[in-house]
Parts: sequence; structure tokens; C-alpha cells
Amino acid sequence: MLTSDKYKLYFRAVIAALMIISITACSSIEPWVQPYERDHLADPIMKFERNPVSSAYSHHIYEVRESARGGLGATGGGCGCN
Amino acid sequence: MQLARNLILLITLFPVAVIAGVLPEERADALYHSYEGGGVKIDGPSVLVRKNFAEKFSVSANYYLDMVSGASIDVEATASAYTDERTQTSVGLNYLRGNATWGLNYTNSEESDYDADTINFNVSHEVFGGLTTINMGYAKGADEVRRNIKNPDGSKTNDPGFAEDVDRQNYQLGLSQIISKNLIMGLAFETITDEGFLNNPYRVVRFLNPDGVTTGTEFERYPNTRTSSALGLTAKYYLPYRAALTGLYRYYTDDWDIEAHTLELGYTHPNGPWTFDLKYRYYLQNGADFYSDLFPRANAQNFLARDKELSDYTDQTFGVAVSYEFLKDWKFISSGTVNFSYDRIFFDYDNFRDVRVSNADPSITPGTEPLYSFDADIFQLYISFWY
Repeated sequence: MLTSDKYKLYFRAVIAALMIISITACSSIEPWVQPYERDHLADPIMKFERNPVSSAYSHHIYEVRESARGGLGATGGGCGCN
Repeated sequence: MQLARNLILLITLFPVAVIAGVLPEERADALYHSYEGGGVKIDGPSVLVRKNFAEKFSVSANYYLDMVSGASIDVEATASAYTDERTQTSVGLNYLRGNATWGLNYTNSEESDYDADTINFNVSHEVFGGLTTINMGYAKGADEVRRNIKNPDGSKTNDPGFAEDVDRQNYQLGLSQIISKNLIMGLAFETITDEGFLNNPYRVVRFLNPDGVTTGTEFERYPNTRTSSALGLTAKYYLPYRAALTGLYRYYTDDWDIEAHTLELGYTHPNGPWTFDLKYRYYLQNGADFYSDLFPRANAQNFLARDKELSDYTDQTFGVAVSYEFLKDWKFISSGTVNFSYDRIFFDYDNFRDVRVSNADPSITPGTEPLYSFDADIFQLYISFWY
């Protein structure tokens, strides 16, 4: 079984990584993909969740039938599984 | 203390504004969904509407209904088939200020024996000239668990002697990063803590009687806390022709000793007004340390579970979807699509046995029944409008 110490370690590692990003975000890094080069990225087929109503339903299907949860973006609701 | 520490971190991690963010798309969707598998059918509608105003605000509302009928293997083994409904409503508000989008969302879910309220606060912030988006979120949920009992006339009512609470907290951190002109990646970390009555008030575990041949049952007993962490990595790649590949991997672990890996691959191919999607998803889970298909005796340990979702198992999904754009620039509607998707999921349990076999034939020794498996069919049909 995982101990609370192990969770503290995970938590600190993630916070450290985000603090590094936060600090470096204040410096002037030149974007290596210019806004006018992002036409492929702006295509609707490149969206992580192209159809929110369908994605939310799919997340729900798995959330109630699998123990794993989180790490994908959606939260909230009961399970309809009692 | 923990909450204060995390709020301080939210403030600390907030970098300087660089470029303007965007509000979510204005659209409306009406969906019919159907799940059928393992003896259960769940279907119903879902409607989602999102509208922006004053160029800074976006409001959304969602209504979702599950109509449940049938009997899962748990129910079949111990009780009779049933019908139930779950209604979920959500409202949300997004506020765009400079390069940051602030969001507040409230969700209420109600069933005859379970209510859940969740409030979610999140903020996303673009940095490095829009190459990077940082997301942070916090959600707090309060659930009430009840237990239905059957009246002499067959109707159901809440057991007046049973009502329990669950408190949930979610902490979300995310990053999406443009890697190249054709590749974008996302990283999400989420910790969830639950405290309260976490088991199902109806489900029983089975144990071997002292005669070594017959079994008895007793109610499940779960710990009253659970803390989980999940780390997900997503990638989208634009192919040399107009099509996209999607990849997702998620690692999950919790203090019930459950560990899971999720892998998903997708391919999106537009062709004129049509868009086609293919999906494959694989899920592998090692179960909770207090799960057993058959306990050696009554009260064998402090915590007891025989929920197949806490066992060792895998599931695999094969999915197809098709979307057709039937409307373009008509009055105030910029686009309209009709969409259909079909998924088939194959569940294979490694240490959850089909007790219906020994219930029907007493000559079968408990613990030697075949392992349980089932397939599920999922249909979605929906219409979407952008305006």
C-alpha cells in the first residue's frame, strides 16, 4: 500500500516542475512556432475534445466501470451505479 | 492546512501575461446515448448549450439523464432486476481576462439513493506566446448515500435508518504544449481525496463456511478514505495530409493499492462534409488489496470488497464515429453536424468469478466457477450547431 510519504513525494515533484515552468514563463522565450504557422494546429480535427457532450459521456462510461479516475480533465457527478 | 498550501501554490504558479486567451466555442448539442452490456441497459438524452456575451463571458448549461434497467451480475446473484434514473444538471461560467480564462462550474446529480453536488474552480493561462497553456483546477464535492428498501407493495423507499456522507476534493494541474507545427501535447496530473462512506450499501462479499463447501455472505466494508493520483499524457499529430493521430497514456495509483494503465489511440480523417474517427483503447488494472472473490471465512479481515471494479482485469474498446456537416452559414448558424458513434467494450476479469454458475449447480465448488467476462455496446447519436 502506498504511504502518505510517497504521496508527499509525488506532490512535491509535480509542484517543483510547475514552479520551474512558472519561473521560466516570466522570461522572454521566443515562440518557435509562430502564430502564422499554426494553421494545422488550429484545424478542428486537432482539438483534444472536439465534441464536449460526447467526450463527457465517454469519460462517464469509463469512470463508473474502472477504478482509475482523473488525469483526463473532467470531474463531478454521481455514478448511477448503486 | 493542505487547502491553504494549495491556494498559495495557485497564486505562486501564476506567471506574467503574454498573449490573449480564448473563450470556449459557442455551440449547442443534443445527444441520445445508449449503453447495453452485462445485463444492464442505460440510455437517455444529454443537452449542452454554450453562449458567450460581452466578449468576456461564456455561460454553459448541461442536462443529462441516465435511465437504468436490468440486472448486473451483482444484482442477479443477490436480488431482482430493477429500474432507476440518474439526472445530472450542470451550469458553468467562464471569464476571459487577458491571457487567462477563469472558470466556475456547478454540477448536481440525483438518483433515488445517491445525490452528488460538485463545485469546480479552474483557471487556464497562456504563456510563451501561446505555445504553452497551464491549467489549474480545484473541485469540492459533497455526496449523500442512501439505501432503498422494498415496500410490501413492491415500490422502493429510502431506508430511514441509513444516510451517509462522502466529501470529495480534486486537485488538477495541467499543461498543454505546442511542440511543432504539427504536434501538440498535453500533460495532466490529478489528485483526488474521498472521505466518508465509500462502499456500495447493497453489495455483499462471499466467504467459505466452516464446512469448506458452502458459502455465506456479509456486507462489504471499505476504508473511509481514499487518495488517488493520475498522470495523463496526450498527443495530437497532424499527418502530412489532412488527418490527425491521437495518443493517450495514463498512469493511475491509489492508497487502496490499485494501479492502472490506460492507453488510447485514435485516427481522425475528414473528407468534404464527412469526418471519420477510429479508436482503440486498452485498460489494465491491478485490484484493491482488500478485494477477494471468495474470503476464507466470515470477518476474514478489517476491510472486505467483492466489487468487480476493484478486481484485477482488463478491458478493450474498439470504436468508430462518423460526422456529417449538413448546414453551413444559414441565418445565425455557422455550422451544423449530425454525428453517430459506436463503441464495443470487452471486459475480462482475472479474479472475479461468475457465481451464477455455482448458485445454479451446487455441485460446482465455490472458487472454481469460470471467470466472468462481458461485452458492452455503446451508441451515441447527436446533433451539433455552432453559432
